[in-house]
Amino acid sequence: MLELLIAPFTIDFMQQAMLTAVLLSVASAVLSCFLVLRGWALMGDAISHAVLPGIVLAYASGIPVVIGAFVAGMICTLATGYLSENSRLKEDTVMGVVFSGMFGLGVVLFSVMRIDVHLDEILFGDILGLTWADVLQTGLVALAASVIIWFQRKDLLVQCFDPQHARVIGLPVKALHYGLLVLLSIVIVTALKVVGIILIIALLIAPGAIGYLMTDRFDAMLFYAVAAATISSVLGIVISFVLDSAPAPTIVLVLMFIFVLVFLFAPVHGLIGGRRARRTAVEPQFH
Amino acid sequence: MNSDVSNVTEAAGQSQRLSGVDSGVVKVSSAANESGRATRRKSGNEPGNEPGNEPGIAAKNITVTYNNGHTALRDASFSIPNATICALVGVNGSGKSTLFKALMGFVPLASGSVEILGKSAGRALKRNTVAYVPQNEDVDWDFPVLVEDVVMMGRYGHMNFLRRPSAKDRSQVESALQRVNMWEYRHRQIGQLSGGQKKRVFLARALAQESRVILLDEPFTGVDVKTEESIIALMRSMRDEGRVMLVSTHNLGSVPQFCDHVVLINRTVLADGPADVVFTRKNLEHAFGGVLRFHVLGGHELHDDDDAREVTVITDDERPFVLYGENDDAPEHQSFDKD
Repeated sequence: MLELLIAPFTIDFMQQAMLTAVLLSVASAVLSCFLVLRGWALMGDAISHAVLPGIVLAYASGIPVVIGAFVAGMICTLATGYLSENSRLKEDTVMGVVFSGMFGLGVVLFSVMRIDVHLDEILFGDILGLTWADVLQTGLVALAASVIIWFQRKDLLVQCFDPQHARVIGLPVKALHYGLLVLLSIVIVTALKVVGIILIIALLIAPGAIGYLMTDRFDAMLFYAVAAATISSVLGIVISFVLDSAPAPTIVLVLMFIFVLVFLFAPVHGLIGGRRARRTAVEPQFH
Repeated sequence: MNSDVSNVTEAAGQSQRLSGVDSGVVKVSSAANESGRATRRKSGNEPGNEPGNEPGIAAKNITVTYNNGHTALRDASFSIPNATICALVGVNGSGKSTLFKALMGFVPLASGSVEILGKSAGRALKRNTVAYVPQNEDVDWDFPVLVEDVVMMGRYGHMNFLRRPSAKDRSQVESALQRVNMWEYRHRQIGQLSGGQKKRVFLARALAQESRVILLDEPFTGVDVKTEESIIALMRSMRDEGRVMLVSTHNLGSVPQFCDHVVLINRTVLADGPADVVFTRKNLEHAFGGVLRFHVLGGHELHDDDDAREVTVITDDERPFVLYGENDDAPEHQSFDKD
């Protein structure tokens, strides 16, 4: 039994898978905190689906997949913004139409263009088929995204919390808004090889949700999110090795299991854990 | 509440009592306040501060048209001197929030210009001159930030790119929190505060920001009368330091109580100037149109003798509850409502 558990850490492709998954988890967990606080869950889902036509076209024309996916992701967000500003429809409605349309376009393009990639690899990832070059590329991009978000976290947080204050104190709100979208696209593309575009949404939402339930401090929320994502990547890959299951869905399952635990037993905001910890505000004397 | 009642009686100089019972405390006392002020102004002894003449906020002929072609403000001009508390009064949809956005440079001006402390709005914003205190409803109170985090956000404009607080930033945050009496609450998550405490945290943020111009959006919504008074006291002390505060409100009753200056708007500026000149029945009727309710208490409703004086209660969309009688327990006349 012990051998079975240690084995994944000694095999080459398992090491590659684990390293990549951990680096991606950190980036997506940090990003997910902002998505959760901004109410951008659907935005994450939308972009992750909408990148498909960009990926297919990039494969077909030989340009880097990252660029194709990024352009498609931007088209999705810009089209959503334009349509909701110029119609009576709400943004989430427009977003649903745009991203499903783009996903459909991607699948059609895929069947027409006959590129030599399996659709399954794009949709569900191919974490066990990575090369060291893939690991390096994915890892560097994920690391860069994490570092950028970490250093910009205070400005991003002000913009999430009180956009009017952010503008009034002269923060570059447009740059922050689009910067976050760019980072979201980059992380989604990075996740492509690891969990695929269908399941990346789990990594983009659940860690932030777990952090949000665990604490009332943002920096602590980041910590819990990263911890949950990292633990589930490692554990998910080990379990998938033992059970011989697909790694990406197994990672997502472990993450969901942690979410349920936290939902029930988180210290203050958990369903059961928080019951005895409710504090009440008392008005102090004022002048 | 009893002090409000005696206010009315004193100012009106009549022996009858206007009073309310516990239900609808806020409404009753704001209505009582109002009539007290209205009467007092008539006798011309409104205690006023003499505001200076330097420009605090000056808007010249501003017009704001949104993308969808809707013109929310047309040709609006007003000016507010330094060291002033100014009320921005108007019905819902009259352009109060558009005017705020225009002052903060959030919406492009189709025409006109805004000057803040003698500088263009854009330059004033860059210098952290303007602070904004949002409505309680506009804030996500479940957000994972503590009281001290929110106040520290007021310092970000003074910090370097990485927003690492210096000793000065920390001491500004501490003194701001001390001043609004929220220092002991600095480690509370903001959702664990009462309505008045929440408001004070955001006022502390404006203080920490060291802004000379503070825009407050409906600061008294969801705040009890006692807290309202303490917030007003804080605003007065901030005014005495030379700050300009523009307060959007539909709480007509408290306007004469705390404002030196009034801007009345409805798609444009209808009137602006010192409160005792502008805040009149005629101007309010003009600004509110049919929305305003008048409740005139006089003649046999108020007196058994032939005293000609009346009590006028003015409200916008809230119906006042006014009791009148020998004592609070046995009112002779109850609420009335003439639209």
